[in-house]
Parts: sequence; C-alpha cells; structure tokens
Amino acid sequence: MTAALRVMTPGLMTTLQDLGRPGYQHLGVPVSGALDQVSFRAANLLVGNAEGVGALEIAYQGPTLSVEADSIRIAVAGGRAPIDVLLANSEGGSSRRIAPCESARLLRGEVLKIGALSGSAVAYLAVEGGFAIAPVLGSQSTLTRAAIGGFKGRALKAADVLPLKQAAAAQRDESILPSIDLAPPKRVRIVLGPQDDHFRPASLRTLLASTYTVSPASDRMGMRLEGPPLGHSSKGYDIVSDGIALGSIQVPGNGLPIILLADRQTTGGYCKVATVISADIAPLGRLTPGASIAFAAVTIEAAEAAARQLACDIATLAASITPVRHRSVIDPKRLMVENLVSGVVSARGSGEA
Amino acid sequence: MAPPRFLPAGDTALVVEFGDRVDAHLSALVLALAQKLEAAAPAGVVETVPTFRSLMVHYDPLQTSHADLRRAIAPLLQGLEAAPIAGRRWRIPACYDASLGLDLADVAQRTGLDPAQVVERHSQTSQLVYMMGFLPGLPYLGGLSGEFALPRRENPRVKVPKGSIAVAMSMSVVYPQESPGGWHILARTPVPLWNMRKTPPALLAAGDQVTFLPLSLREYELMLAKAAAAELVLTPEGPPTRGQHA
Repeated sequence: MTAALRVMTPGLMTTLQDLGRPGYQHLGVPVSGALDQVSFRAANLLVGNAEGVGALEIAYQGPTLSVEADSIRIAVAGGRAPIDVLLANSEGGSSRRIAPCESARLLRGEVLKIGALSGSAVAYLAVEGGFAIAPVLGSQSTLTRAAIGGFKGRALKAADVLPLKQAAAAQRDESILPSIDLAPPKRVRIVLGPQDDHFRPASLRTLLASTYTVSPASDRMGMRLEGPPLGHSSKGYDIVSDGIALGSIQVPGNGLPIILLADRQTTGGYCKVATVISADIAPLGRLTPGASIAFAAVTIEAAEAAARQLACDIATLAASITPVRHRSVIDPKRLMVENLVSGVVSARGSGEA
Repeated sequence: MAPPRFLPAGDTALVVEFGDRVDAHLSALVLALAQKLEAAAPAGVVETVPTFRSLMVHYDPLQTSHADLRRAIAPLLQGLEAAPIAGRRWRIPACYDASLGLDLADVAQRTGLDPAQVVERHSQTSQLVYMMGFLPGLPYLGGLSGEFALPRRENPRVKVPKGSIAVAMSMSVVYPQESPGGWHILARTPVPLWNMRKTPPALLAAGDQVTFLPLSLREYELMLAKAAAAELVLTPEGPPTRGQHA
C-alpha cells in the first residue's frame, strides 16, 4: 500500500510549492515557488529534509489530512495555527495539540487538522522525505493559472491522495526551532527603476511618503495596493513589453501599484516604478489584506548586502534547530544545564521573538 | 542609434535596453546578446529573458552583483551585430471560420477589408516571434501591416479559447491554453503550442518565423482529434534560407 496523505478538507488554497522553477522564463513559464521562503525552509529543516524539498503552502485556512502511511514526521512553520492530531472516527476526545515550528510524528489513522492562520497569510507543512510527485521542468511548484506542477496543477481538493516518498518515519528526538521573526518590516525596501522615468517626480515622493493598504484582490501573482495613486509622466503607463523581476512594482493606468510575486508573468507592458529587494520578499508574502505597507528607497549595493544578510540569517535559523526530548521526560533543571530553556520559552511565547 | 542602457530591476535582475520600439533590428540585437551571454556564462546568471527591445538578466545576488554583471556584459556589447538568428520557419494550420475566429467580422469592419482579405493578409504575412511571454508557450508575433494596428478590445474576454490566434497593435499572439485576453480573435489552431511531453515544451522560440495555413472547419476538427490523440506532429519547414539566417 502506497504511503499517502488523504485530503479530508483542503483548506482555502493549499498548494505544493518549492523554491520555484527558474530557467524557463524565456518560454513564458513563471517561476512560482513558496511565497515565504524563510518559513518554507524552516519547515523542511525541522523534519530533516534539505531546505528546498516540496512542501504544502497553506493560505489563511489549513487543511485536514488523514495519515495513510505507517508513520510520518511533519512540521508546520510560518503563520501560527491550531494544529491538532485526532484519531480517525474519534468524537474529538482523544486529540493532542502540537506546536508550530516543532516536528511531530503521526501514525496511520491519525488525522492532522490545521486551523486558521494568524500572524501571516501563509504557513508551510513539510513531511519528512517529501511528496512522491514528479517534478515538472525541475520543480514541484504549482502554477494553477497554467495547471503546471504540484498535485495535478491545482490547489488541493477533498479526497485527493498525496503520495509520500517515505512509508514510515523512524522514531527519534523531535526538533524545535525557537523562533522565526515574522514581524513585517517597518518599511519595505525598494530599488527605483527600471521605468521610474515614466513617473512625475511628485509621484515618486508620494510612493516613498505614503502608507498603502494590501487589497483583498491580491494573490500569488501580485499584491495589489490601495492608497494614493501615482501619476505617470508624459511618457504614459504603456511600455513595449519587457521583462519582470520578482518584486517588480508595476503601475497601470489607475496609478495603483501592484507588487509582482511568485506566480508573476514573465513579461509585461505596464511600466514598473521600482523593485522590492529580495530580502523583503518573504515578509511581503506574509501580509494579509488590510495590512499597511510603506516603502523606503535603497541603493542596489544596500539591496545586495541585505540579500547576503538574509542568507546568514537563514543559516543561523538552521543552526538554531535543536532536538527536544519527549514531553513526559522534560526536566527543567536538565534543560537549564543544556542551555535550551530560553528557546523553549520563546517557542511558547509569541513566536515572533 | 543610442548605446544600450543598463537599468536596475532590484537586486536579482538587470535590464539591458536597446530601445523602446517593436523593431526587428532591436530584436535581433537582443537575441544576439542573449546568445553571447549564454556562451560567456558569467558566474551568477540564473537565466535571461529576451523581449521586443531589451534583455532581462536574472541573477543570484549571492554569486554576483549588479556592478560585476555590468562589467561582464559591457564587452559583449562592443561590436554586437544584429545578425539574424537561426530561427525556424513554421507554417501553422489555422481555421478562420467565423465560429472560431470570433472577431473576424469585427476586425474586417474596423480595417475596412472584407473577411477574406483579412484572412489572406494575416495568414500570408511572415511574422517574426519577437518573444515568448504572458503564458507558457505564448508567442508574440510581429510584422503585420498597418491596418492591423488596432488597440486592444475595450472589454477583454474572461475566457479566450485554447489555440486562439488574435491580433492587436500590428502583432499576433496564439493562446496556448484558455486564458483571459483582450486581443481580437481571428482564428484557432489545432496545433498544441505547449506540450509537457516534449523538450522543450514550447513549440516556438524567439527568432522563429511563422505563417498560417488556412483550414476548413472540417480539416480543423480532424486535426484537433489527431492532436487530442497526440498524433499531430508539426515540423518546421526545411532549413533556414541561406543568407537570410545566420
């Protein structure tokens, strides 16, 4: 019998994602991939996977999945949600709650129920070994718009059966990540261009001085913003189509910025006033409709330094993952000796230390 | 002509811009630079995306930098020649029947031509694939004469059927799958433009030349059935003409 997770309820928009599908943009294929690649990597590392193994991206409301394998090891990282393990057919009396950013082992017949997210629009469910789903053009990422990759090219539906690579997960100490900083940056950093010359100088001042609000019309392709419109110069808003980078801020005729995210189109004909720097893309992916967003312009050199800093932060995150002993044998004195207690306390706190 | 401009696109991409027009000469320069850059393979380049008038270079800021890449690309621009790319020549079957070419009558009215003239001019003009974009496998074809310089539809369609061939701004696009779209639909092709079982999955590539072969509705349906059974194979026509292609 094939090891699998069976979807009982799919959640709002649950898709298989990894670090994306670069290399085919010249054929019109968007890159896709996890919106919050920091949390995505953390979930994988917690279950002992390489950081880029395909995992489920959960948006706003989590799925309920039944374990059809001898045993599995999972971890959820990103937005915080109630994560309950129920026995199939139970009346709800025998559930146990598991913590985010901590791996857990589940047995055949158990049901994993992930509730509504808070603190971020997305969370990631990684499974030890990953999903036995063939990559498309080198990636398991789902691009629903073109029905490419992931599970049948679409978001999960009830009764889907997701095959797993591993039939069982060996017993071992579970892993815990003390904290991930999910706090939004005070100002999202941008590099002006490539078409900032299509805007009046006053519009650039408006962009940098105003607070925008994330529109409910946002999705994995683009984050639409509401706020003061940006007037174009006499050059207008239409350009002869050119390439689109991750984080491009395009401004169509109505003057309202759209930040292009993971599922962005490869090319486009609206002018782009600026580009969000790569280090601030994951925090953007966490924002929910109604969130406020303000911008600060930085140089390319500062953006590149921030990218290197983020790589260091991710390495630090990976190094901070520690084994956790079984609950019943936790001895605070021993934890103190092993200098783990601060991490444990932090994980039980806001999770945003 | 003004020298190419380097434009920033954040810390993961830069743009080499040759101009701001749809123009075969600019496009040839873009494709020539893409080839040279692929051969030079400077560290940290993830991929390049040719467009009508610019090359976007996506890079990994942990392996290179905007400044380093500019230094690597600048010498490639010296003496860059718009040598025509060795593109393939395609004759793509297309049915212009009114049941599939939903806007044929409208385009005829707007251009002052009769529908048969629209079909003749659209199908017989050799069009250049300037770039691929918007959707996997979707080509932007240029080269139509001025009467096809129509603006996009005022009310874009929510669903344009798969295979639709549409015009606007003297260009054509072919929708590889059902999609929203605002261009004027003239015809539909039974040929899949995107096939995951093939490597590469896109039928066309930037630099290819395309004409269309008008089909009757009956021929279209037969070919569509063949395509559904994966028995429809379209091959490019002969080798590129000597002297016209590099």
